[in-house]
Amino acid sequence: MKYFGLIWRNVWRKKIRTSLTILSIFVAFLLFALLAAISYAFKGGEDVADAERLIVIDKVSLINTLPMSYLNRIASTDSVQSVTHASWFGGYYQEPRNQFGQFPTDPYSYFSMYPELQLPQEQLDAWVKNRTGAVIGREIAETYGIEVGDRIPLQATIWTKADGGRTWEFDIEGIFSSSEPRGSSAFMLFHYDYFDEARAFGQGSVGWYILRVKPGADPVQVANAIDAQFANSPSETKTSTEAAFAQSFAKQFGNIALIVTLILGAVFFTLLLVSGNTMSQSVRERISELAVLKTLGFSNGSVLGIVLSESVLIMLMGGLLGLGFGWLVVQGVSQAMGAFLPGVFLSPGAAVTALAIMLAAGIVAGIFPALKAMRLSIVDALAKA
Amino acid sequence: MRTIKQIFAVTWLNLANLPQRLASSIVAVIGVAAVVLVFAAVLSMAKGFERTMLSAGSDDTAIIMRSGSTSELNSGLSNEQTLIVANAPGVLKEGDATVMSAELYVIVDVKKRSTNTDANVPFRGIQAGGFDVRKNVTLAEGRRFEPGKNEIVVGRSAQQEFVGLDLGSKIRFGQTEWEIVGTFEAGGSVSESELWTDVRVLQGAYRRGNSFQSVRVKLESEDSLAILAQNLKDDPRIDPDVLSEREYYSTQAEGLSKFIRMVGYPLTILMAIGAIFGALNSMYSSVSVRGKEIATLRALGFGPFSVLVSTIVESTLLALLGGIVGGAIAFLVFNGFQVSTLNGPSFSQVVFDFAVTPDLLIQGLQAALLIGVVGGFFPAIRAARLPVAQALREL
Amino acid sequence: MSDVLAELRGVSRTYQKGKEKVEVLHELDLDIPDGDFLAIMGPSGSGKTTLLNLLGGLDKPTSGSVKVGDAVLSSLSNSQLSNWRSTHVGFIFQFYNLLPVLSAQKNVELPLLLTNFSAKERAKRASIALEIVGLAERANHRPRELSGGQEQRVAIARAIVSDPSLLLCDEPTGDLDRETADEILNLLQTLNREHGKTIVMVTHDAQAAGYAKRTLMCDKGKLEAREETA
Repeated sequence: MKYFGLIWRNVWRKKIRTSLTILSIFVAFLLFALLAAISYAFKGGEDVADAERLIVIDKVSLINTLPMSYLNRIASTDSVQSVTHASWFGGYYQEPRNQFGQFPTDPYSYFSMYPELQLPQEQLDAWVKNRTGAVIGREIAETYGIEVGDRIPLQATIWTKADGGRTWEFDIEGIFSSSEPRGSSAFMLFHYDYFDEARAFGQGSVGWYILRVKPGADPVQVANAIDAQFANSPSETKTSTEAAFAQSFAKQFGNIALIVTLILGAVFFTLLLVSGNTMSQSVRERISELAVLKTLGFSNGSVLGIVLSESVLIMLMGGLLGLGFGWLVVQGVSQAMGAFLPGVFLSPGAAVTALAIMLAAGIVAGIFPALKAMRLSIVDALAKA
Repeated sequence: MRTIKQIFAVTWLNLANLPQRLASSIVAVIGVAAVVLVFAAVLSMAKGFERTMLSAGSDDTAIIMRSGSTSELNSGLSNEQTLIVANAPGVLKEGDATVMSAELYVIVDVKKRSTNTDANVPFRGIQAGGFDVRKNVTLAEGRRFEPGKNEIVVGRSAQQEFVGLDLGSKIRFGQTEWEIVGTFEAGGSVSESELWTDVRVLQGAYRRGNSFQSVRVKLESEDSLAILAQNLKDDPRIDPDVLSEREYYSTQAEGLSKFIRMVGYPLTILMAIGAIFGALNSMYSSVSVRGKEIATLRALGFGPFSVLVSTIVESTLLALLGGIVGGAIAFLVFNGFQVSTLNGPSFSQVVFDFAVTPDLLIQGLQAALLIGVVGGFFPAIRAARLPVAQALREL
Repeated sequence: MSDVLAELRGVSRTYQKGKEKVEVLHELDLDIPDGDFLAIMGPSGSGKTTLLNLLGGLDKPTSGSVKVGDAVLSSLSNSQLSNWRSTHVGFIFQFYNLLPVLSAQKNVELPLLLTNFSAKERAKRASIALEIVGLAERANHRPRELSGGQEQRVAIARAIVSDPSLLLCDEPTGDLDRETADEILNLLQTLNREHGKTIVMVTHDAQAAGYAKRTLMCDKGKLEAREETA
């Protein structure tokens, strides 16, 4: 630390160059932060998935429905602790572009299936009592400015009502949020009973079942047992863990996410290359000065240390600023667009990776010229001055 | 004339000693190349997707769905309603028959080659007119499905992208086994991502009774759309949305292509800023390396303007070189690269090629040019203002 | 002596060095007649080079006037000065300042790019200049392939190619051994005697100054005559 003054002065020897370098590192890590947050969203939150929750869907396609009669048969399967269900409503609020998840379900079993979803008990009770009641996630409430007590209409795109109408009205009885910082609550829940009775067609079917296996049971065995039970019936099932389901859904977006990641990764490393080269160059220009340090009695080790600290310092200044600004942007985006783009999150893991890259890049940029300076004989270096 | 000659001379000298500043020049070139590469690659995705979606739609084909449907997937029409459409005014007739196809659109899980995981592939039941309402469809291999049989014709893109759809192979969805009897092409449009079979067979296999999701009809002319729409709106037995096929596909494409652009443009701007820093850095170091030379030239009588211009020209040429490299890589690597992704409104896979179009490349080069000029400008001013007497003395 | 070529009246030059003002030249008057060969000697920092820069229009006085030929340099703009330099004055530096990427011939042609001569004419004039300095046979060599003395000859050829009346030399032999230095000084003397060039030469070296017609001592911003050399 006693060399800090020297290092600091060296860093700012050429103010314009250093500022520009720091700015391009800043841009690189800003990009890194945004990229990490977006790819997190693309993964669909598979790492917040509960390993003991299984999803049962129709084997042919997710969009096909399953008979309601499966509920009891799944519940009575070995090692199944509890089961609930949900369906896809697919309506919109006010304008077609305002689409978010809306699921008819069973209130009590749904909320006990998802303990991370937090809804005040009195709101849950009020919802259960009101047949046309509904609860919404915090992101939805904030995006559309909906409050408890509001009556909101949804325009159905699939489910016309038996009376031919397409407008479904719901009383908002509660607002829930996810206790998982990364979990999304950008959806709305309402009574399946009301939905099933009022819809024009499709009575007696649900979209998918969610079940919890008993502690200690093997989720894979349970999944196989359920699928075997419904084999060769008109509605065969496909049961998978929540994580596998989220993953397979994310994979539907396919190589696009991968391509975007690769492109941005290439960019990130290009920017690092650009700034790293500038840093190396600034050390190369001063090799004779470093030799002077050696004549003054600095050891090889401390010369190396001084040079490396300088390049790591520059990397950290740009990188931490970029990461910090990126974090602010991600916060802003998830506040403003939580309903459209749920799950955008800058994970601590990504931040640690970024930090490691900053250190590594700083060392790589400084090490070669620093080693050269160390090896150089003092006489030669001074002659070059 | 003399000024121009001066500028040429100084610029030439400037470029002649580029090799001495190779490392920082290459870095600047790489920086700009990366910008153009990313710009072209990301936006070629949007371009390709739009081309695939929009080339499927023509103005003289109408698509009729239940009103309020955001896509065929969540529409529903009864058999009676499809007949009302068939007999409505504005629909093209060949002889006595209407050129139309009432269709059913379901989704099946088929494995994607690239990831080997299940993907939502659209499976469409069509009527005999289905090939005629779509003008650009041609059968490339095999034959059409036979009505009443579990036979499928598969789009070329789907066949390339998904597993088990080769000609002659059999594939099982649920309890029904299907045979692939033909491959069709549709100019790379979204139709090529689909599997087609006889709508009656599909209704049976999916227990849809006698219901449909959409009707496509050929119009007498593009202007007949309004007449058809008005007549159907006035009919109490049906509550339809009537769109031209082009309109339909452009609304289907809107979400994803907007999303790609929303990511692509800010990304490019951000990167361009990074590249400008890179260019500035390299040009500042170029000016400081050339300090003595610039001072000598100035002492010989060369004017500050030619020094200014030569520095900007150097940075612009480097940036353009970077732009060309980046654009060429984007074109070679990404143009025609086939991917598929889930398109929100229809909740099914769309197979499309990246399209690195000339206008994207031109826009990319314009960005490079801008980076070069901005990145050269400030260092150029420094070069022109270099105090000659001092620079000569220092070196 | 004949007409006056350069005339300095009350010239002062002050530099800002950090917070301090340093006056390098103080109220200087100097006449340089046409055809003169003037050596200026003095310790480092005495303002010799500043004086040379003022004569060449590379620098402007803080006060006073500098007139060379018909031009009042102290009142010209920077681009006017550039223009003026290209035809009226030739510089010769201690470290030659040749452009390493150009051949000797092209280096000499460089100032002619500022004129309206055709390419052929430029080549012809550059060849003549190289002949005058005795380097015609090395015209196609790059500076790196020449000895120090040869490089300085190329620099001299570059200085005279546009036929300026005034040559300004800043320690032209400072980087050369005695023998080579004498050759260069002989060349300058020839240019002065046979080609009528007026030469102002800054030097540390008394022996070099001996080639000049007269020598002035520069000290603390003032000039004093030393002795007349024939």
